[in-house]
Amino acid sequence: MYDLNKILVGLAIFLLFFTFPILYGMGSAVPAPKPKLDTPEIQKLTDKKCVEDTHFMRTSHMQFLNYWRDKAVREDHRTYDSKLNGKKYDISLQNTCMKCHSNKKDFCDSCHTYASVKPYCWDCHIEPKAAKESM
Amino acid sequence: MKASRREFLKLAGVSALFGLGANAAFELLTPGALEASSEVAHGAAHGEAAEGVQAATRWAMVIDVRKCILQEDCQDCVLACNSTHNIPTVGNPKEEIKWIWKDTFEHLFPDQHSQYVDEGLEGKAFPVMCNHCQYPPCVRVCPTKATFKRPDGIVMMDMHRCIGCRFCMAACPYGARSFNWRDPRKYFEGKEAMLNPEQPTRTKGVVEKCTFCPERLAKGLEPACVEACKKRKSDCLIFGNLNDPESEVRKILRKRTSIRRKPELGTQPSVFFLV
Amino acid sequence: MIERALKGNEKYWGWVGLLLLLIGVGFACYIYQLYNGLGITGMSRDISWGVYIAQFTYLVGVAASAVMLVIPKYLHNYKKYTNVVIFGEFLAIAAVTMCMLFIIVDIGQPARVLNVLLHPTPNSILFWDMIVLNGYLIINVIVGWNTLLADKKDVPSPGWVKPFIYLSIPWAASIHTVTAFLYAGLPGRHLWLTAIMAPRFLASAFASGPSLLILLLLLVKSVSKFDPGKEAIQSLAKTVCYAMIINVFFLCMEFFTAFYSNIPGHMYSLQYLFAGLHGHDRLVPWMWTSAFLAVVGIFIMLVPPLRKQTAYLVLGCASIFLSTWIDKGVGLVIGGFIPNPFETVTEYYPTFPEIAISIAIWAIGALVLTILYKIAISVREEQQMA
Repeated sequence: MYDLNKILVGLAIFLLFFTFPILYGMGSAVPAPKPKLDTPEIQKLTDKKCVEDTHFMRTSHMQFLNYWRDKAVREDHRTYDSKLNGKKYDISLQNTCMKCHSNKKDFCDSCHTYASVKPYCWDCHIEPKAAKESM
Repeated sequence: MKASRREFLKLAGVSALFGLGANAAFELLTPGALEASSEVAHGAAHGEAAEGVQAATRWAMVIDVRKCILQEDCQDCVLACNSTHNIPTVGNPKEEIKWIWKDTFEHLFPDQHSQYVDEGLEGKAFPVMCNHCQYPPCVRVCPTKATFKRPDGIVMMDMHRCIGCRFCMAACPYGARSFNWRDPRKYFEGKEAMLNPEQPTRTKGVVEKCTFCPERLAKGLEPACVEACKKRKSDCLIFGNLNDPESEVRKILRKRTSIRRKPELGTQPSVFFLV
Repeated sequence: MIERALKGNEKYWGWVGLLLLLIGVGFACYIYQLYNGLGITGMSRDISWGVYIAQFTYLVGVAASAVMLVIPKYLHNYKKYTNVVIFGEFLAIAAVTMCMLFIIVDIGQPARVLNVLLHPTPNSILFWDMIVLNGYLIINVIVGWNTLLADKKDVPSPGWVKPFIYLSIPWAASIHTVTAFLYAGLPGRHLWLTAIMAPRFLASAFASGPSLLILLLLLVKSVSKFDPGKEAIQSLAKTVCYAMIINVFFLCMEFFTAFYSNIPGHMYSLQYLFAGLHGHDRLVPWMWTSAFLAVVGIFIMLVPPLRKQTAYLVLGCASIFLSTWIDKGVGLVIGGFIPNPFETVTEYYPTFPEIAISIAIWAIGALVLTILYKIAISVREEQQMA
């Protein structure tokens, strides 16, 4: 084979680059996150239900938020009838979702960091001030 | 039938083109039909309120210039808007962001201004904001419908969709729009307590302007600037439904002479100035 | 055929290396812009479009100019252009590429640019601009590549290319008309609100593009064994000449309407550009330079003894290219925003990162052009030897 040595060296370098993420992260696997639901606002609720059920929220909260976004901003429908508990909610990320889930670091971020997801909602939408946390 | 490889590839290519073109063609022939949104987006595709259908509401603002200029150095409407909507104080006038601000008759009505404007008015500043035109050029040019006209007359901004092309800023004849040349949060560093936690900020790269406070209107409140002026009992800003003959705005427009900015452009502004 | 662009002498690779360096610097500046926002440019609330959109506007014209070769060659069988049309089409490809890059760097949220496709808005001219520019790029790639490939194989072009060639003719006019419509329909900007905007754009395009093409062909002649032919270049030069005369005539028409009607809104922008307004006169030297260069260029192109001498031809083409670049880019786009809707003046000057990014995009265009021209030249050289 022509240039066999060069090819082997090249292949070795390629393999090194290609598997670098795996090698770098070796030994640092963490257990799946458990988002915390013990904010003061949630504890005050008698009927501890979200706008929709947990399974739906877990799988589709981003699509749901996009739906809310278009409803409120583009259609000016700002009230949502929950199918879970029949209550009416204000369509608002900051004033509805984050009012209960005010512990963004222990709730939203715990899963997002684990999955390496960086939603840019927070470029505009203001993060809630978690209780006892200073600015 | 003997089909060669060439023939097959030709057929496949043409079919693929048809498939790709179908979506665009469908959108062209029935604009908005493919969008999941309701008539709002459909109306927005035409850039104006649906023809022939009298929308239930047409929001309008009447600014009593004579009353306002008596309130020397008052900035309550501007401050209320800025604090409600987290509008940063930029400092550099080239990059400033303003939804409502005060300016003089000479600047706002350059075609009307002359040497002989009365002393009471000359050089005095009064508020101005987006005109929420009935035929808005900004809506006409927006390539993504990020700015669109609602059935109630408000020219709305969808900050999520704006790509920051600034075509709307070129199109607006009134200089009502501001662009985020930098991350606006930077201007709140150290002053986070000033942020209104019920409203978002914007991010760099999008255009913003007065939207007549739709989140307040949805709760039956008046826009923040109007409320601030009423609090002072200055009553310079009157807001209401132009389609309701008994609304405050219609009543006052029947009594006082009003002008609008650059009426010759056909935009049909919804902001009236009582001079 | 791309492998032909990988064979070159020292000068060739030196040139490519220089372009890559310029691209690298500009790219770094673009990352800086992505991170910090468009505030790093000289644009402002009053002048919301600057160098980037100015270059875009100018280059759409350069791209459209390929039609000035296609019409004589393919509609009227003008044989002198046979070997040269490809260079016009390849210039169009490079120019349209630059146009689209200038749009992308000007956009505030570039990650969202697909929204233009996801939410088609036929009432927005920007939507149509995107369609016609991409279409023109595709047409020129298809036509250029396949005709050159046929030349390389020494066979006539395949029949299916003909419809694309014919389509490229109205399409070329359309790209620049649509770009003119971006400006000509805006009610608040009196410098742009004129029916003559699209005709002005086309005239200026047919002056600027072919003059750049002449310079490029002379360069091709000097660095390779391919000779485009004296008649081809002279025909192009005559095109440039009359297009430029019409362009200047159109500008004079604007002056007449503005100043004879004495309507302030119509006069102010031209006043700012050519005389200064309220003490602001930053662009005045630029505009008069453009006017001077236009006169010089027209004179050279008009007088045959001058036009036929290479040195004067180069001077004439460079003058017209620069003159139209200033007039359309600097003058038209910046001037349209001055005075602002409040009739005050905010001036504009580009910043270093803005200029570096612009130069990088020109370098990308030059690189695309270099590669394509290298391929075309090598095919033509082979043909000439055979």
